[in-house]
Amino acid sequence: MTNLRPGLIGARVQRLEDPRLLAGRGCYVDDLRRTGALHVAFCRSDESHARILRIDTSEAARAPGVAAVVTAADLEGACRPLRATSRMPSYQATELPVLAGDKVRYAGEPVAAVLAESRYLAEDAAERVAIDYEPLPAATDPEAALAPDAPRLHEDLASNVIVDREFARGDAEAALAGAAVRVSGCFRMGRKTPAAIENRGYLAEYDEGRRRLTLHSCTQVPGIVRDALAELLDLPGHRLRVVAPDVGGGFGAKVSLYREEVLVSILARRLGRPVKWTSDRREDLMSTTQAFDEVVRAELGVDEDGAILGLRAEIVGDVGAYSVYPWTAAVEPVQVASFLSGPYRVPDYRGRVRAAATPKPPTGAYRGVGRPPAVFAMERLLDMAARRLGMDPRDIRRRNLVRDGEFPYRAPSGLVWDRAAFTGCLERACETIGYDELREMQAAARAEGRRIGIGLASYAELTGVGSRIAVAPGMPINTGTESAAIRIDSTGAVTATFGVSSQGQGIETTLAQVVAEELGARLEDVEIVHGDSAALSHGTGTYASRSAIQAGGAAIVCARSLREKVIEAASHLLESAPADIEVTGGAVSVAGTDRRMSFRELARAVYTEMGRLPREVRERVDLEATGVYDPFWGTTSPATHAALVEVDPETFEVEVLRYVVAEDCGRVINPLIADGQVHGGVAQGIGAALFEEMVHDPSGQLLTASFVDYVVPSAAEIPSMEVEHLETSAENNVGGFRGIGEGGTIGAPAAVANAIADALGVEIEELPATPERLFRLIGPGRRAAGARMETGPGGRGRGNRFTANQTNSGGRSESGSGPTRQSK
Amino acid sequence: MSEQRTIRLTVNGASFEREVEPRRLLADFLREDLGLTGTHIGCEHGVCGACTIILDGDSARSCLTLAVQADGAQVQTVEGLGTVDALHPLQRAFREHHALQCGFCTPGMLMAALDLLRKHPSPTEREIREGLSGNLCRCTGYEHIVRAVRTAAAAGETVGAETETASAAPPREAGAGAQSRGSARE
Ligand code: FES
Ligand code: FES
Repeated sequence: MTNLRPGLIGARVQRLEDPRLLAGRGCYVDDLRRTGALHVAFCRSDESHARILRIDTSEAARAPGVAAVVTAADLEGACRPLRATSRMPSYQATELPVLAGDKVRYAGEPVAAVLAESRYLAEDAAERVAIDYEPLPAATDPEAALAPDAPRLHEDLASNVIVDREFARGDAEAALAGAAVRVSGCFRMGRKTPAAIENRGYLAEYDEGRRRLTLHSCTQVPGIVRDALAELLDLPGHRLRVVAPDVGGGFGAKVSLYREEVLVSILARRLGRPVKWTSDRREDLMSTTQAFDEVVRAELGVDEDGAILGLRAEIVGDVGAYSVYPWTAAVEPVQVASFLSGPYRVPDYRGRVRAAATPKPPTGAYRGVGRPPAVFAMERLLDMAARRLGMDPRDIRRRNLVRDGEFPYRAPSGLVWDRAAFTGCLERACETIGYDELREMQAAARAEGRRIGIGLASYAELTGVGSRIAVAPGMPINTGTESAAIRIDSTGAVTATFGVSSQGQGIETTLAQVVAEELGARLEDVEIVHGDSAALSHGTGTYASRSAIQAGGAAIVCARSLREKVIEAASHLLESAPADIEVTGGAVSVAGTDRRMSFRELARAVYTEMGRLPREVRERVDLEATGVYDPFWGTTSPATHAALVEVDPETFEVEVLRYVVAEDCGRVINPLIADGQVHGGVAQGIGAALFEEMVHDPSGQLLTASFVDYVVPSAAEIPSMEVEHLETSAENNVGGFRGIGEGGTIGAPAAVANAIADALGVEIEELPATPERLFRLIGPGRRAAGARMETGPGGRGRGNRFTANQTNSGGRSESGSGPTRQSK
Repeated sequence: MSEQRTIRLTVNGASFEREVEPRRLLADFLREDLGLTGTHIGCEHGVCGACTIILDGDSARSCLTLAVQADGAQVQTVEGLGTVDALHPLQRAFREHHALQCGFCTPGMLMAALDLLRKHPSPTEREIREGLSGNLCRCTGYEHIVRAVRTAAAAGETVGAETETASAAPPREAGAGAQSRGSARE
């Protein structure tokens, strides 16, 4: 189609949502005030696995300002059971109670809820609820939890193994047997929490007159929450509305249905008063879904030229106590297995993955979902193989990346990569960081005793996953499509409504750019409505790097059909052939003439002025359209990250000196926003690489229950970043877009780990690489030898004194398992 | 329940007299009693900086300050910067550089940056990063925030445009002796 107003898609437009957010006029859930609202404080379990013997709420119920104290017994029959189901044959669903009933299964699980006139009073009264527990044995280590005789977390299940799946192509064992070099490791990232700065919060209100329930939720998925609550509470959609107002960051933390939002909904309806709960940080760290907790034992075989022959892996996911709705506990560990082979040609592969239910908070879909641990393992293995071969890390990637003529490439797990800049990203990242010069600089720095390392990480992810594939393996609900409705109302204003929602991604701007360009409207005249389940018949929300592809696609499809209507109306009003009508800048005109009408004049003529249009045109041309878009397969987003780090030889503190990302996100809608998505993702990935770790002690108690103990990096720890966009048009979706929201977090842990390994000449298998871990990894003999390091670039010094010392002091063979996880 | 205390204070140039419980956090007072919900709460234990305000000329954590500690004080919150239609130069720089995504850390970040620029009108990049290290942002990776603050510093208008909290009062020990309302539950 001809584009009469080019340039909005791809323009560095300042965000439309910014003024209100900058002026303190945003409206997050906790900003909502309702007269007569009751505030909830939860009594949460302080045991990880225990039977509840007795709950005494009598004293709390008499406390000042208390309206109700609620336990599981009070909720019987209040809603249908909540279970995340899956088509995966091995999967065992766990029932997620709204409040714990007979048993608690993690420390932090909600047991009782106190409702009072203010949050202060609710918290006062919650102190007075007495709960007696009988502690039960607990298998907190995921591998121990797999054992048939391990203490069972869910008595109604056959075992703690709630997911068991294998991917295989060819004969990985035979391929490994024939490999010139085999490298292996036991890779583990720390359990991570998304830590959006806005804690979760919900406000439910019930209109008794109209029997309507409205839930204001900080969710990323208002559509999914609405559909689930409709089932659970047996309410039709027109009496149940889920609204996500401004949301203070999500990153997957707010993509699952939470028991707290079910509870406030039930109680608002039961009590006929608004019910509000805002999490504090401690509760957030104990109860919001966590991630990256997999043990990945993997082995890679390459030939003497570094070409990959085979890969095999045993993956155990520590998925916590319950399977999250709707994604299930499979969402992360299974994707570790399916994405492990990365953007490389891997002929033979076998990956088995099991998920163990453990007495810890549930894991869910956090930014990158499974790919950060997968990429960490694979990129480490490649560097280990390169080191053994005396090969440069860049060269082993050049050797193995899927090349331009090889797309579409079917990865061994069945994922299909469409044509994207796999090798282009590697080359661009290396050029931008000045790879060759850095290698020289590194050699010189080493001669001075400085420990500088360069790390690369390449990956590919699948974004904008269409209806052909479930976003979470085996998940029965459709996450492939999104819908849009666009209308020009009788004042000429353009309103575009979407089922996705924003937690900071800037969709009020990017979707307005797409709509304005496709429709021929002015950007400032387009208002984007999102995050309201009542606004459309169906929509799910924002997750899995899908908003640009799915909602952007729906915006295009829908804007194009509305444009046809605008043209039809204008051709009558301006008395000209449709082919001569131009729609641009919020006006229609006849090409080559001065006949012109603004959208406002057009709308008035169509809707309000009598007799301007013939009756049959008036009935047909209503200046609104709806559209659904389904990318069917999804599209590939590849990238290469390059990190330069320096490790302090005394303190083992790691400083990231430079950071470059070269990524292919297809057609960029707004470069400012695209950069921001990458920066934010990288910062979370650097957090995973160096600082962030949820530590549970062997009994399942959380030791990192504040931001003092769980270290979210600040501006002082995060380096300046350079981002390069390679724009390979994605021909498989209507906008040519690729998803960009998660990649930063996928590549950064591996790139930083490889850089540290390069700096120190050791193999990093465990993250975060805290000074204490590095200190232990190096060992006393190594530390003495440190100043005399001779390892060349990319570890060309295989068999050097460094490697010999490692085996002696650390007791770790090259295929050995990682050190035990230490708490801080 | 404890008795109420009367406090008088100036917020964004307007005077208020209110009854509060001694344990009431300044953050809750601003948000709930005065309806100034621009100040956000991200941790209630003094780490994230989302609740940062200017108290008698210095940045302070309103989650670690009791409302009664602000008796007699001059307080400035994000609502005392610019408005939606007339943003403050620092807010304009944040917009120009896309220094906010979800916007939740933003009010605190703006107040911290304002304090930094008032005290160090031409900071280096390192000084900006260190100066803002008490404020966590989970969305932006800080890159664009640093650029925005550098731009605002270069424009040099930030301090001049900031008038609300000019005060001769000595800085207060914000947070001393404050107890978070969550702490009692631990
Ligand atoms: S709310 Fe986090 S420092 Fe005050
Ligand atoms: S913009 Fe979201 S936390 Fe900073």
